Amino acid sequence: MKALDIIVCVKVVPKPEEVTVHAETRTLDRAQARSELNPPDMNAIELALALRERHGGTVSLLSMGPPFAAPYLEVGLAMGADRAYLLSDRLFGGADTLPTSFALAKGIEKIGEWDLVLCGEESSDGATGQVPAGIAEWLGCSQITYAMDLALLPDGRLRGEREIRGGHEVIAVPLPAVVSVKLGVNEPRFMDMERRRSPEPVTVWSAGNLGVDPAWLGFEGSPTVVGAVWQAKSPERQRRFLEGMPQEKARLLAEQIRAAVSPQ
Amino acid sequence: MIPSAYSPEAARGLWVFLEQEGGQLEGVALELLGKGRELAQARGVPLTGLLLGQGVEGAARQAIAHGADHVLVAEDPLLAPYTTDAYANVATQIVLDRKPETLLLGATPNGRDLAGRLAVRLRTGLTADCTGLAWEGDTGLLLGEVSGFGGGVMASIKCARHRPQMATVRPGIFPLPSPDPERAGRIELVPVSLEAGEIRTEILERVRHEGVDITRAKVLVAGGRGVKGDFGPLTEFARLLGGEVGASRIACDLGWIGRDRQIGQTGFVTRPKLVVVCGISGATQFTVGIKAAGLIVAINSDPEAPIFEEADLCVVDDLFPILEALIAELKRGMP
Ligand SMILES: Cc1cc2nc3c(=O)[nH]c(=O)nc-3n(C[C@H](O)[C@H](O)[C@H](O)COP(=O)(O)OP(=O)(O)OC[C@H]3O[C@@H](n4cnc5c(N)ncnc54)[C@H](O)[C@@H]3O)c2cc1C
Ligand SMILES: Nc1ncnc2c1ncn2[C@@H]1O[C@H](COP(=O)(O)O)[C@@H](O)[C@H]1O
Repeated sequence: MKALDIIVCVKVVPKPEEVTVHAETRTLDRAQARSELNPPDMNAIELALALRERHGGTVSLLSMGPPFAAPYLEVGLAMGADRAYLLSDRLFGGADTLPTSFALAKGIEKIGEWDLVLCGEESSDGATGQVPAGIAEWLGCSQITYAMDLALLPDGRLRGEREIRGGHEVIAVPLPAVVSVKLGVNEPRFMDMERRRSPEPVTVWSAGNLGVDPAWLGFEGSPTVVGAVWQAKSPERQRRFLEGMPQEKARLLAEQIRAAVSPQ
Repeated sequence: MIPSAYSPEAARGLWVFLEQEGGQLEGVALELLGKGRELAQARGVPLTGLLLGQGVEGAARQAIAHGADHVLVAEDPLLAPYTTDAYANVATQIVLDRKPETLLLGATPNGRDLAGRLAVRLRTGLTADCTGLAWEGDTGLLLGEVSGFGGGVMASIKCARHRPQMATVRPGIFPLPSPDPERAGRIELVPVSLEAGEIRTEILERVRHEGVDITRAKVLVAGGRGVKGDFGPLTEFARLLGGEVGASRIACDLGWIGRDRQIGQTGFVTRPKLVVVCGISGATQFTVGIKAAGLIVAINSDPEAPIFEEADLCVVDDLFPILEALIAELKRGMP
């Protein structure tokens, strides 16, 4: 069986709990937020590395984001990835899923050698798992979304177990394919400089390097626009702490619970 | 600008993708019909259902009873199980032929699998995982309300020049409309061109358990890592209250309980009258799934647990003795 060349799409995102909305300007305040590799993408990296151990081949990382994303890609290199590529240019900024998946597909084509693209289930900063299917469409290949497990079949196809509502299915698709990996399906390995394969730094490509029409990128290439932004407000909660022995607390709780579930 | 497949001027009508399984409409498809009815009325356009499958005549009638004026039915044995290629190819043909202004889909695994693919093929915008839908006053554009950053930030998104304006909506957001079997509507069979060779996916195995639908539960008893694998007391307590058991993602990841019970950003958004949260720390990705609950009770041994910020009644204690005593209390009042 042939070796697998895998590209993992990874995004650098602000830590969700550190992002706030500016009360007056009603814009996102990310300045204070620290960044991290999108946690679901760690599961995709781990699965890619496990597949490389089984079948041989290479694992490349691909990200689109600002220059400060490069050090975060080093984390993936220190987990054992062979190469890392960063698409970085002001022209990529403000992209919704259409130009994002387009730019990533162009980056994948530029990397050239690949059998399989792995993505995370979703990016934690706002989008919701639509990019992987978009990449698959731009590349014209098969997709498996919400995959929990992957294996190569003897006939060279990819077998994937994927989640469906209220169950799961096992499907086979020909390679090349794009897969989104279900969050939490494995324990991502730790970074360790011993695992680093190549001394090469992250390769950075601008929009010009991709040779595409800039009007298809970033804000300009995005069909959707963000209207209003606001801080999510949950209803004010009572935050009433019950005191006493467990029995006493339970009695108080039972009273309140009965009132809450009684009709009307 | 990436050119749109057709222009706003050429587009007309509000469509709902009617996801079905074995000829039964998914709950979220019915919810979308309910909301779609309201949106269609406000805009003075018909509400059209897009139904792909095999043997879906009954589902088409079900859609009309739940609010559709018109159901476009594409029937083919190759559409019986969902596959990306079959559904994307057929949906693309029908959309390009009829040019809807708006297309809504349920944010289920298959709904998202299709929506992401279709949006790129149609070169249009997709507002994913909406928690609300409305028409913008002056422009008549669809406004999709979405949440981001673990649920902490809300935004409204619109798609100005590309059609159809696509949106996916999470299950459990809109109420289930009550069916009217007398409602009149038109079922139209649309011919499809689909060949086995177009479908690259082979389904080797498919398992559906008649899972629970926690989005409809009036009472939820949710457990997390703190239940240490033992959902027994939570199940008994939920049963006494006529409710269901829910779980944090970690409890599902650890295989303690089925994924169909997961609450939160990557699980279900619920709105029960009462939720009792046991041994869950209260990360935003979890709490976004219970924000709309009536009464929130939290039981956690850590007085600093963030869940207490989001709770009405807070109990700092080991969850097991508390549940045991609660079960005894509830049983006492019973005949
Ligand atoms: C992109 C993304 C999406 C996510 N989506 C979801 C989602 O949909 N749903 C979700 O739940 N999470 C989600 N998460 C994970 C989330 O961030 C938290 O990690 C998760 O909710 C924590 O689960 P937990 O509270 O059960 O476990 P922990 O955080 O480990 O908390 C366990 C709690 O139990 C308490 N405890 C322990 N023993 C006892 C006892 N005997 N009695 C009482 N209390 C006890 C502890 O004090 C602690 O507070 C997501 C994360 C990411 C990155
Ligand atoms: N800017 C990006 N750079 C690299 N990968 C991305 C980017 N945006 C999305 N992805 C990939 O697509 C997955 C789903 O993202 P999303 O559709 O944005 O929720 C992520 O987990 C990543 O694997």
